[in-house]
Parts: sequence; C-alpha cells; structure tokens
Amino acid sequence: MLSGIQSLRGYRQMGVTTRLALGLSLLLLLVLVIGLISLSLGPVDVPVSHVAWIALSAIGFDVPEFSRTEQLVIDQIRLPRIVVATAVGMALGVAGAAMQGLFRNPMADPGIIGVSAGGALGAVVAIAAGLTGLFFLALPVFAFVGAMGAALLVYGVAVVGGHFSMATLLLAGVAVNAFLGAIVSAIIIVLPDNAALREILFWLVGGLDARSWEHVRIAGPLILGSTAVLLLLARDLNLLMLGDDEARSMGVRVGATRLTMLLAAALATGAAVAVSGTIAFVGLVVPHTLRLILGPDNRVLIPMSALGGAAFVILADTVARTVIQPAEFRVGILTAFVGAPFFIFLLIKNKRQVYSL
Amino acid sequence: MSERNGRIPAVEARSLSFSVEAATLLDQVDVSADPGQFVGLIGPNGAGKSTLLRAVSNVLSCQEGSVSLHGADLKSLPTRDVAELLALVPQIAPYTQGFTAFELVLMGRYPHLGRFQVEGSADDRIARQAMRLTETDQFETRTIETLSGGERQRVFLARAVAQQPQILLLDEPTSNLDILHQLKILTLVRQLVDDGLTAIAAIHDLNLAARFCDRLVLLAEGRVMADGLPEDVLTPEMIELAFGVESAIYREPVTGALAVSLIAPAGNPATEPGIAQESVSALSTASTPVGASEATSAAR
Repeated sequence: MLSGIQSLRGYRQMGVTTRLALGLSLLLLLVLVIGLISLSLGPVDVPVSHVAWIALSAIGFDVPEFSRTEQLVIDQIRLPRIVVATAVGMALGVAGAAMQGLFRNPMADPGIIGVSAGGALGAVVAIAAGLTGLFFLALPVFAFVGAMGAALLVYGVAVVGGHFSMATLLLAGVAVNAFLGAIVSAIIIVLPDNAALREILFWLVGGLDARSWEHVRIAGPLILGSTAVLLLLARDLNLLMLGDDEARSMGVRVGATRLTMLLAAALATGAAVAVSGTIAFVGLVVPHTLRLILGPDNRVLIPMSALGGAAFVILADTVARTVIQPAEFRVGILTAFVGAPFFIFLLIKNKRQVYSL
Repeated sequence: MSERNGRIPAVEARSLSFSVEAATLLDQVDVSADPGQFVGLIGPNGAGKSTLLRAVSNVLSCQEGSVSLHGADLKSLPTRDVAELLALVPQIAPYTQGFTAFELVLMGRYPHLGRFQVEGSADDRIARQAMRLTETDQFETRTIETLSGGERQRVFLARAVAQQPQILLLDEPTSNLDILHQLKILTLVRQLVDDGLTAIAAIHDLNLAARFCDRLVLLAEGRVMADGLPEDVLTPEMIELAFGVESAIYREPVTGALAVSLIAPAGNPATEPGIAQESVSALSTASTPVGASEATSAAR
C-alpha cells in the first residue's frame, strides 16, 4: 500500500473535486462494508442477508422473513454502537487532522490541548462520586464538561499576558495534561471501591460497549457541527500551515480562524471522549497516514480523515467485541495495539518525508 | 511626491512607527509608490526594510501611522480584499508541510475564490503561466522541501504572480538566487511593472537596485535617509552614512546603468585617503563619472 504512494502521484495532480469524489466514494464504500459485516457479527449470529433485509424493511421495502430477536439486536444494540463508533472515529479523525495542521506538527493529536485528560478527570469524578449508578448520562456529561473545561484552561493559560502563540498553547497543554493526570491518579489511589476502580480503568482505556441511541443523540450533533466548521475552514488551514505571516498576507484572519478551528476540534474531541472514553491513536495515525498518501491539502485530508477514522474505529471495535467472545476487549486497546506498530512502520518507511517536515 | 502627477499613490505609508521590546524598528517612516512604479528599498541589516514591507502588507500593524492602498486605508479594508490587491514574497520561504510546488502556486488563487469554491481550470492556467514565467514549471510535482533555497524563492514568487495583485511586495527576492536568476527574476518584475504593476522590493545588491528600480528609498535605523531617483540616492556620501562603506559611483559602460563600487569599510586603516583616492581615480578613468552623464533612469 505504501509503495503505492509513488503511483499515487497522478492522484495528487487531479483537481480537488475529483480527488474528493474518488477518495470519499472509496472510503464510504469501505465504511459501509465494514459496518454491514460488523452488524452481522456477535453472540447472536445474524447473516449479512438478514442485516440487509432489516435495513430494507426499515425504509419500507417488502422483504423475506427475519426474526424479531435479530431485529432487536440490530436496532437496539449493534447499530447504535456502530453509529457511535462512526461518530467517534469521525471526530478523532477530523480533530487530529486539524490539530496537526494548526500546530504545524505531524505528531499533534486531538488530546494535545487537554481535552482527553480533562474528559478523564470528569469521568473519574463522576464514577468516584458514585453518580454513574444514579444517573445514566452522568458519565458522558461529566466527561464532556471536563474535556471542555480543560481545553479552556489550556487556552486561558496560553493567552494570559497577551502574547499568544501555538508554542505556548502546546506547552500549556503539556502542563495541564500532566496536572490533570496527577489528579486522576490521586483519585484512583485514594478510592477504596474496587468496582469503581474497574469502571475507571475501563473508561480510561476507551470502549463502546452498551452504547445506545441516547449516546448518538448527545455526541452526534456536536460532532457533525464541528466537522462542518472544520471542513469550511480547511482552505484557510492550508495557508495557516505555512505560518501566520503567510496566512495573513494571503487574506486569512489568523486569530479568529485559528480560535474557531481549535474550538471546533475541542468540541468534536470532547463529544467523542464523552461517549467513548479516551480511544488512543486514532487522531494521530489516521490523518497522518492519509497525509502521506493524499498530500497535505486539508480540503481533501479533513473529509477523508472523517471517513478514515470512522472505518478504523468501527473495524477496531468489531474485532474488540468478537475476538474473545463472549468476553469483550476494549476498542482503545485495539486501536493502540494495531495503530502503534503501524505508526512505527510508517515512521521507518517514510523517515525522510516525516522528518523533513 | 504623489500629488505632483495628480495620481493617487498605489501605496502610501505615512509616519509609520513600530517598536518591539524597546527597539524602534520603524521611526516615522513615509514611503509611497505610484501605480506602475518599481520602488527599491535599500539599507543595511536591521534598517527596517522587512518590517516596512510587513507593515504595508498588513502582516503586522504599526503602533503609529497609517498605510493606504490606492487611497483606501489598510485598516479599513477586509483582510481578504487586501490579499486580492497585494501579494508579498517572503524573504525566507517558510516550511511547507509537504505541499508540491504546483499546489503552493495554486494557493495564490485562494483570495479570488468564494468560500465554497475550489480552483477551476482558469486558476490552473494562471498558476501554470506563473510557473513558466518564473521557470519553476520543472518543479511542478516536487515538494517544496526538496527544492534548493533559490528554487523555493522562485516558487513563492510564482505564487505571488498567480495571485495577480496590483501591488507586489518582495523581501529580498534575489537573496538566494544565482546571477542568472537574479537577472531573470528582476527582469520579470520589471516587465510586470511596465505592464502596470506596482512593486516595492527590499534589495541588498545596490547595483541591481539601481539598474531595475525607478526610485530608491534608503533606510537606516528605521528612518528614511533618502528617497528619489537612483542617481540622487546612491551617492558616496549617502552610502558611507548609511552603510559605513566607502564607495565610488559611476555609469557602467556596458549596461549604461548606475553602478556602485564598494571600496572598503569607511575608517578602515586599509582605506587611508591615499589608497581610496587612488582606487576612485583608477575607476573614474575607466568609466564615465555620473555627474557628467545624462541622469536618465537606469536601463530597463
């Protein structure tokens, strides 16, 4: 696949619209195929044909018989889970692409401005306080508030004193991440309740078990909205990648554009973290890999990262929930387990390109 | 200067002052360029040439003073409109994160596109034309990182050309170029100016500045020391005052352009009056002294 990069030279010379149409239809097909297979896999065996019938009957077609159990499993268990996986993958993909562009650093990931650490703190507080048993949405709400609070804290630290730069933002992110991580560790250590500890550990690894349509309703609109904002500003991000002066002389309102993009990326990541915990590596490895293949134009890269992230998370979650049946792995373990070696492989294979950035 | 010919200047900077951390980089600078004029900014390192170009292109905003483009106040113009009107070629080409030369040049079209628009075949054509003019079409599919400093500089000039601005600002456009491309690039800018473009360029090479520019502005320590025709600005006294270099000025016999011979740092023991005098007289026998020659503008 990577030796194909050379032969993709032709692809990079096509117009933006052609590149998008080609790439998006390929990835969309991939997402659909993976999604369909994923729907049919699990403890209750639902043949792919039945999955198709259930889908067709939902939009009013006359189809052969399928069982009520099959329909329930698909409608209420597997489909919402896959839709959450799609939304989370999309969010992490676009946020990662945006962060890498904004920080002009291919190593940036969505958590760089504290969103993941803040989400973790929020979730840990909700679990430690025993709120998760009382109130079904306590976990996502606390995680989201924590994520956004941390992002605002990082931004606040970076702007205080008047002179803002992406370097200060990065350093503030590192500091706040470490600080919030310390609080999370402290809570874990003093927590006497073993069940809560297990819940925290599960959350920190990131998982999509038992996700419902309710989770889709919380995270979906936020993720779709912020993805749309990032797509609209993709062209400006191309110029921002060349430096503030360059961008300004080419007509970009640097401060406003950057703040909007940071906020949109934080919202998308925060919403994803709220419904899935901290899923590692997706936001780093997906945009990075796609950039090596497609080139750096964000007008192509951001939408492709959305679908690429979705495909990756659905696939990882499908493997996570089927590989050691009836028990479940967690999707976060899978993404890191597969993502990290693949990333190392990319680094070695493309040393020259990556380090010349 | 501008009212003299009754035209609104393309660029007019009035009493610009800019300081950063107690260093005054620009101190009450007045500079203007008429439409279709090629103005050269000369001066020693740290004179404020780049800062002035950045102020005029809206990249930095000065604490005092104002800039107007074709009579409109820069601060009242939307950022995008400024980019449609004016292009800046940076002194040091920035890191480009893996964009190819063609992709970068095509970015010059961004200010002309609507929010939901992508480049069309017309933009493609303009970008390719700009690359031909700057002889960068050979690098089309190469990423900027793989190009040499001079090649990179020409790609950024190509982008500025593709931007089709009315005003072109160049920050030492020839600093990384070989002699052939120095001449080619300045000739290209000269042609664009003759076709109606207004250009302001910071240029280190006094001979090139004298030869290609209509007017020179000499900056030193953030202030304008001289502003006028090359032959009025480039005098041995001025050069010694601004650069601390002893020089001789004459008409170059082959090109007919004003030429500067840099003799030695002023006040250096090697430049005792006797030695300096000798070199000057040796030079003036070989060429026509300026004062006597017809002081028309330099060869174009």
